[in-house]
Amino acid sequence: MSPELINLIIQATGESLYMVGIAALLGTAFGLPLGVFLATSRKGELFAAPLVNRVLGAVVNATRSTPFIILVVAIIPFTRLIAGTSIGSTAAIVPLTIASTPFIARLVEAAIREVDGGLIETASSFGASPIQIVLKVLIPEALPGLLLALTLAVVSLLGYSAMVGAVGGGGLGDLGIRYGYQRFMPEMMLAVVVVLIALVQLVQSAGDYLARRVNRRLRHR
Amino acid sequence: MNAHQSLAIGQPIETLEAISPAATEPDAMVRFEAISKTYPAYRGKPGVNALQNIDFAIPRGSITGVIGRSGAGKSSLVRLINGLEKPTTGRVIVDNRDISALAGRELRLAQRSIGMIFQHFNLLSSRTAADNIALPLEIAGWSKADIRARVTELLALVGIADKHDRYPSELSGGQKQRVGIARALATRPSVLLSDEATSALDPQTTRAILDLLANINRELGVTIVLITHEMSVVRQLAKEVVVLDAGHVVESGHVADIFTHPKHPITQSFLAEVIGDSLPVSLASRIVPEPSAGGQAVVRVQVRGAGAGDTVVARLARELGLDVSLLSARIDEIGGQHVGSLTLGIPGGEDAVTRTLAWLSQYQLSAERLGYVA
Repeated sequence: MSPELINLIIQATGESLYMVGIAALLGTAFGLPLGVFLATSRKGELFAAPLVNRVLGAVVNATRSTPFIILVVAIIPFTRLIAGTSIGSTAAIVPLTIASTPFIARLVEAAIREVDGGLIETASSFGASPIQIVLKVLIPEALPGLLLALTLAVVSLLGYSAMVGAVGGGGLGDLGIRYGYQRFMPEMMLAVVVVLIALVQLVQSAGDYLARRVNRRLRHR
Repeated sequence: MNAHQSLAIGQPIETLEAISPAATEPDAMVRFEAISKTYPAYRGKPGVNALQNIDFAIPRGSITGVIGRSGAGKSSLVRLINGLEKPTTGRVIVDNRDISALAGRELRLAQRSIGMIFQHFNLLSSRTAADNIALPLEIAGWSKADIRARVTELLALVGIADKHDRYPSELSGGQKQRVGIARALATRPSVLLSDEATSALDPQTTRAILDLLANINRELGVTIVLITHEMSVVRQLAKEVVVLDAGHVVESGHVADIFTHPKHPITQSFLAEVIGDSLPVSLASRIVPEPSAGGQAVVRVQVRGAGAGDTVVARLARELGLDVSLLSARIDEIGGQHVGSLTLGIPGGEDAVTRTLAWLSQYQLSAERLGYVA
């Protein structure tokens, strides 16, 4: 493989990491509170607001059921409003964030719901406010699950990022399609897939390692 | 509250006079006033009247047992004390404050003076023993240095100073409950609520935890409310008892009085758990309704009160000149009072039985004839 092509792969890897990294950060920033709220706002729960819960749940489901490629083109005007442009890696972060937020929210909701309800009652019994319960009980206790959820979200985002070539987002997926498929360069396709596999392995191993480290539920040693 | 009448039972008059007005008119730490609690119908399930007409007080500094079968309303009752639930009607006064009227920040401040321990310990798995104990202090806004000092003190108090950095997954059930107790006491509460705190522990560990609670009550003066379905817990620890059944208080008062003279069937069934109400199978199967020549009448004597049963058999044999045989006996001590029954075999025909029953009633010992054995 020529140095030129290798440079392309390096550049595309950088673009992928940039888009996925920022989208994962923003997706977590929006998805974590949303997920916590979804997990604590049904009838009788900490932030009981059953109606808001149902409306947000419906919005989350609607976003999650829209195919990503359709979401990318459908929100082009919004993307332009936020990013100033509708093409390029930075612009691609907008649809990636919008797609990952409800995904992360649902994963966070599931992880938070795993926390023993008795702990909420316990914290309430010694006068913890709802916010203190979230910050000192729910999130720390759900941390292993949250880290695994975030890992899953990053891996999914790597997959989504292959589609943002449609708006000139660049990245590994785009490189694989343009060179590997449209220019009939199977070795390029293979190289891209190998890099993606390595990235996913890396992310997953790191996530597993961190989740294991913070999990005190198992007996260690 | 029938506490002052019941104080007199089994006590010489002199000691009654020595009791200060504060003791005869006990200062209540918790007072339930005309409480009822109804859970509304929800999703097709009918509404539940969990508690009705609850009116009693828990004396300051006491260890009070609240005993009842599952579904009797114990959990609702304890959750009314720390404001986790609101009564449908009535008021709950804790330490002279109407906790049922508080909400939001005021309620949370009040809750800091009410500690609670749980059947399943409810420790945070992500925190060490020390950090679990620190949690209520963090919530109350203590400084890091104050928290550190207080946690060390509490770990020593509950006897697990060496478990400072252990996670709950590395602790035994008894150790976890010790952490739970230390956590509940962290903010120096005036009341400690124990919700079936020993129900998940083995008998030996249960005893150790109950001893610890007794020490805490004695040394810190914390009022302890024990919610339990186990008679053995009440017997070992409580001085006062409230018997709950189907949302009603059926009896309340001193443990010794309630269990030496149980009135309600539920109380009697709890007592039977401790003293055993049934005869040994081998004896029960031999009892027949008609006397036989050379056989014995079977008479059961209820033993209630201090020293009541001690010398019955010996005196009965000596004074009536009967070769009384002891067929079965079970006597236990509850609140310093003897509670149990003696099953006696009386030889010598109808006349001997009549004389025996008359002799027993003379000493206010209740007895019944169960039948005859050959």
